[in-house]
Amino acid sequence: MPGTSRSVLPGFGLSLGITCTYLGLLVLLPLATVFTRSAELTWPGFWDVITNPRVVASYRVTFGTSLLAAAVNTVFGLLVAWVLVRYRFPGRRLIDAMVDLPFALPTAVAGIALTTLYAPNGWLGGALERFGVKVAYTWLGITVALVFIGLPFVVRTVQPVLDDLEVEVEEAAASLGAGRWQTFTRVVLPSVAPALLTGFALAFARAIGEYGSVVFISGNMPMKTEIVPLLIITKLEQFDYAGATAVAVVMLVASFGLLLSINLLQWAARRRAGV
Amino acid sequence: MSIQVRHLRKAFGGFAALDDVSLDVPGGELVALLGPSGSGKTTLLRIIAGLEPADGGTIHFHGEDATGQPVRERQVGFVFQHYALFRHMSVFENVAFGLRVRPRPSRPSEAEIRETVLGLLHLVQLDVLADRRPSELSGGQRQRVALARALAVKPKVLLLDEPFGALDAKVRKELRRWLRRLHEEVHVTSVFVTHDQEEALEVSDRVVIMNEGRVEQSGTPEEVYERPATSFVYGFLGDVNLFHGRIHRGRVRIGESELDAPEWAEARDQAGIAYVRTYDVELAPTPSGNSSLEALVRHVRTFGPVVRLELDLVDGGRTIEAHLPRSRFEGLAIAKGQRVYVSATHVRVFAGD
Repeated sequence: MPGTSRSVLPGFGLSLGITCTYLGLLVLLPLATVFTRSAELTWPGFWDVITNPRVVASYRVTFGTSLLAAAVNTVFGLLVAWVLVRYRFPGRRLIDAMVDLPFALPTAVAGIALTTLYAPNGWLGGALERFGVKVAYTWLGITVALVFIGLPFVVRTVQPVLDDLEVEVEEAAASLGAGRWQTFTRVVLPSVAPALLTGFALAFARAIGEYGSVVFISGNMPMKTEIVPLLIITKLEQFDYAGATAVAVVMLVASFGLLLSINLLQWAARRRAGV
Repeated sequence: MSIQVRHLRKAFGGFAALDDVSLDVPGGELVALLGPSGSGKTTLLRIIAGLEPADGGTIHFHGEDATGQPVRERQVGFVFQHYALFRHMSVFENVAFGLRVRPRPSRPSEAEIRETVLGLLHLVQLDVLADRRPSELSGGQRQRVALARALAVKPKVLLLDEPFGALDAKVRKELRRWLRRLHEEVHVTSVFVTHDQEEALEVSDRVVIMNEGRVEQSGTPEEVYERPATSFVYGFLGDVNLFHGRIHRGRVRIGESELDAPEWAEARDQAGIAYVRTYDVELAPTPSGNSSLEALVRHVRTFGPVVRLELDLVDGGRTIEAHLPRSRFEGLAIAKGQRVYVSATHVRVFAGD
C-alpha cells in the first residue's frame, strides 16, 4: 500500500522541524545576539571588562552561593520529597502544594519578604544577630534567597522517582540485615541519584540567573555581595551595552560548561542505576 | 527451625485481617499458606517476617520468642512477588548484599563472599548471568536471583510471598518443581503464600488453608484434599459442584431427587450443601430411581484425556460441570443438546445454606 508509514509514531519530520524553529527563535537567537553585541568590543577591551576585579568578585559570589544553595536544596529537597512520598499525614497535600510556591511568587516579593525577616531588625535576623550571625546583606543572605528559589526543582524531580521505588526494595534490604542508614546509602540513594543530580542542576542553573529575590537581601556591596546579574543591570543602566553583554558571555559559557558536565555525570549515574 | 504462631491478631482499620491464628510449622518442612485474596495469608507471612507488627499473639522460632524482634534481626529470608531486586546492582551484588551489610566483625572476607555467592548462583542455575543487571533477566530468572539473595544470609526460615504470582503459566510450573527440588537440597523451613490450589498441593509438605483471617484446615495435601474439614475447604480445593438442599434422616433432598448422606442420620429437616467433585459426577442416558437429576448437555470440550461437560439442570436451571475420562465419554455417546441423567459416586454434605 503506498503511503504507509513504517512507524507507529508518524510526524517525526514535522515535530522535529517545529522543535528546532521554536528553540532557535526562543533560545538560540537571543543568545547569539549576546555574542554579536559583545563583539563590538576589541579583544583587549573584552578581556579588560571580564577580568575587572569587581566583575571577578561577582563571579565568585554568584557561582559560590549558587553551588552552595543547590547543594543545600539537594539534601533538604530529598528529605521533603521523601516525607511527601513515604508518609501519610494530615496536611500532606497542603505541604505538597506549598512546595511549588517559589515557582509562582514574583521573585521581588520573595526578596522583600526574606529581607524583612533576616534584616538585623527583623524577626529571624534579630535573633541570629545575638549569636553573631549576620544573614541579610552578606553572602549568607544571598544563599538563603537562592535556596528558597531552588527548592521546588529538587523536590519535583526526585518525587516521581521515589514514588517508583517500591517499599518492598527497602523491606528486602531490611530482611537481609541492613540497617536504616545502610538501606539509605546502598539502596535508596543510588536509585534516586540521577534524579537528584537533575534537580541539583536545575536549582543551580536557576540560582545563577536569579536577580529579583537576591538584590534586596544582598545589599549589593561591590567586591562583597554583588552578583553578576546585578552587575549586568548596572552596566545597562550606564548604557554600556557591550560591557554588559561581555559579562553575559562569560556567564553563558560558564553555565553551559557546568550544565554539560552535570549532564555527563547524570548519564553515568543513570547507567550505574541500571535504568 | 520450627515456627510456632500463637493467637495472632491483626486488624487494618476495622477489618480483621487475622483473627486468632495459631499455626505450627515443623522444622525443615515446606508449607503452603493457601487461601483466596483477602484471607490474611500475606499478612500472616509478613508478621512472621517482622515486616508488619501484630496486634496480639506471639511468634516463636524454634522455641525462641521472636515476636518483638525487628525484621533485620530475625534472620528470615523473604522473597517478594515482584522480586524487589536492587536494580542498580548486578546479579552478583544483589546476592552479596546480605553479606556486605553485616557489621565488620562478622562480615566475611571478599574471597568468602565470592565463594558463597557463586555457590548460590550455581544452585539457582544462574552462574553465567552473575554480571547482568536485573533488568536484563526474565521474570523466572529474577525470582531465582531473589531466592539466592534470601538464602545468602543463611536464614532460619524462608518466607515466599506469592513467589510465582507474576510469572506466566509455563514458567510457573517449571519454577515450582524447581523450588521443590531446591527445598530438598537446602532443607530450610519454608512457608510460601499462594492462591493457586494446584501449586499448594503439588509443591508443599503441608497445606494451611486460610479464609477470612482464620485457619480453616491444615494437613498434608492428601489429607486436606481427601478429607476436607469444612465446607469452605471442600469448595476451595479442586473443581466442585454444589447443590443446596435439605438434610433429613441421612438423606439429602435436592429438588425432586434424593442422595444418601449416612453421616447425617441424626439430622431433622436441616439446610445443607452437597458437594460433588466434577470427576465424581456420573452420567446415564436413563434415570435411576429418584437419585438422579435430569439435565441437558450444554457444552462439550473434548481436548486432552479428560472430557469436560457443562450441563444445565432441568430442575432449577443451574449449570454444573462434569469431567469424564475419554473412554467413558465415548461409551456413553453423548452429544451437545442431548438429555442425560446426573448422579454422583461420592457426595459430601455440610450443614448450612
